Amino acid sequence: MSHNLLTVTGLTKSFGGLKVLAGISFTVAPGEILGLVGPNGSGKTTCINVISGLYKPDGGQVIFKGQSVTGKPLHVMAKAGVNRTFQIPKPFKGLTVKQNIEVVQHRQGAFQVVDNPLEFVGLQKFQDRDASSLTSGQQKLLDLARALASGPEMLLVDELAAGLNPAELVEIARRLKHLSERGVALLVVEHLLGFVNELTQRVIVMNAGKEIFEGDLDSAAKNERVVEVYLGQ
Amino acid sequence: MRKRIVSNGIVIVLLALAFAIAPAFYSNESVLFQMMVFLALAQGVNILYGFTGYLPFGYVGFFGIGAYGASVSISLWHTPAWLAMIAGGIAALVAGGMLSPLLRLSGAYFAIGSLAASQVLYYVVSNSNLQNITNGPYGVNLAAVFNDRASYFAMLLVLIITTMFVAYLRMSRLGMSLVAVREDPISAGMAGIHVVRTRTFVWLTTAVIAGLVGAVYAWHISVFYPDTVFDLSISIFAIVFTLFGGGATVLGPIIGTVILYGVYNVIGVSDPQYFQLIYGVLIMVLVLFLPNGVLSLLRRRGIDVP
Repeated sequence: MSHNLLTVTGLTKSFGGLKVLAGISFTVAPGEILGLVGPNGSGKTTCINVISGLYKPDGGQVIFKGQSVTGKPLHVMAKAGVNRTFQIPKPFKGLTVKQNIEVVQHRQGAFQVVDNPLEFVGLQKFQDRDASSLTSGQQKLLDLARALASGPEMLLVDELAAGLNPAELVEIARRLKHLSERGVALLVVEHLLGFVNELTQRVIVMNAGKEIFEGDLDSAAKNERVVEVYLGQ
Repeated sequence: MRKRIVSNGIVIVLLALAFAIAPAFYSNESVLFQMMVFLALAQGVNILYGFTGYLPFGYVGFFGIGAYGASVSISLWHTPAWLAMIAGGIAALVAGGMLSPLLRLSGAYFAIGSLAASQVLYYVVSNSNLQNITNGPYGVNLAAVFNDRASYFAMLLVLIITTMFVAYLRMSRLGMSLVAVREDPISAGMAGIHVVRTRTFVWLTTAVIAGLVGAVYAWHISVFYPDTVFDLSISIFAIVFTLFGGGATVLGPIIGTVILYGVYNVIGVSDPQYFQLIYGVLIMVLVLFLPNGVLSLLRRRGIDVP
């Protein structure tokens, strides 16, 4: 019996001849924040897509709370307690901000994370507006609020920082940390290393679908291979 | 929310009253009956297209199958008319189940796929090898159970139930879930909505609606041929009426059908060439300037329409 909330072992995924995930493995403990970083095209988002059930992996396993959830569809994952945000925000544009949250199907005995997801992300004042009228940064926050409404224990955050201004970034980092203090584990895919640094020291650096480094962010910055994939030789 | 229940209730009661008492004032009952047929079919299209975004060009397929389901039930098993109506609904449900893989398609592909499917149903039903079941291309005669009064009110019942279902979708979580699936199926999945099950439920419901409408239509006209009940213009009318008024509302398809079917009856029968011209221009103007129907003019001003 492990104490890990999420265990990913040897995930592989190819699109045509392109191997986007080449056997990635890691674990996340309850309430832990893990940063997943790496250059463009290194497979970070695909990794989240496979864990959240959007793509079926070609190989490997996703184990959540001791049970295999490999390749389970999105709604099953959402009900199990895994939720996510999207790099390109995907709110329900024909619904109001408030309805975007109301539509979430609460699972039985939901793990209550926040009382009011809209207030948590600071969108309360826009609740009666159409979701389509929000800026792209706000739409990302709405995605986050929707994910929180389902009461996740594991939250996959895909490039939340892009599109937010520096003040919003500090605020959202503070709130994400608050979530982890309440026991929600976070897997944060991010380009902005400064934002990751605000959140956590534990990172995995990916390149070409593989893990090339695991450890704290400061050591990553000194690691030869990491510097090489980021900056070139 | 209360306001919505009241406004939807008023629309439905007025609709029911209008068609219940209209025959006393207007002698051409067949126009009224046909209008109810299109009102119900337009609401069926409304449920599918307005709430899920699937545009069913082949919607008439379920109408035809419903008509033939009822006919076979009457001519082969000599069931009473009311049981035959249910048989028509069940036949459409079965056809809907068989055609549910169409939901894997989207946009124009679904529209064309459903169109093709309705033609398949037509050719199966009108096949002369099935003459001892459907009477093939030679048509159906249900004169034995003909009852224009009873069938008129049966159609009114189907229309009211269908409209009530649309009102329910407008106000319920289920309707909101459908709109969510229409807007973004991936996010809907992450919101815990079982996307495939939700879509399939709506698809089968709309199939049953068209099946019931077809069955009652068959009962009312009692003599018809496969071409009559598989006529593609039935789908197209129902779609245009819905788009004209505005989808995902209760009132939109009603306004669309009453106005456009009214226009059709005034000039479409006497001067079909002008009618087609006017319809053609109207559809172009709608698509260009009012893609969400005439009710969107009110919605833009912040007026909540039922």
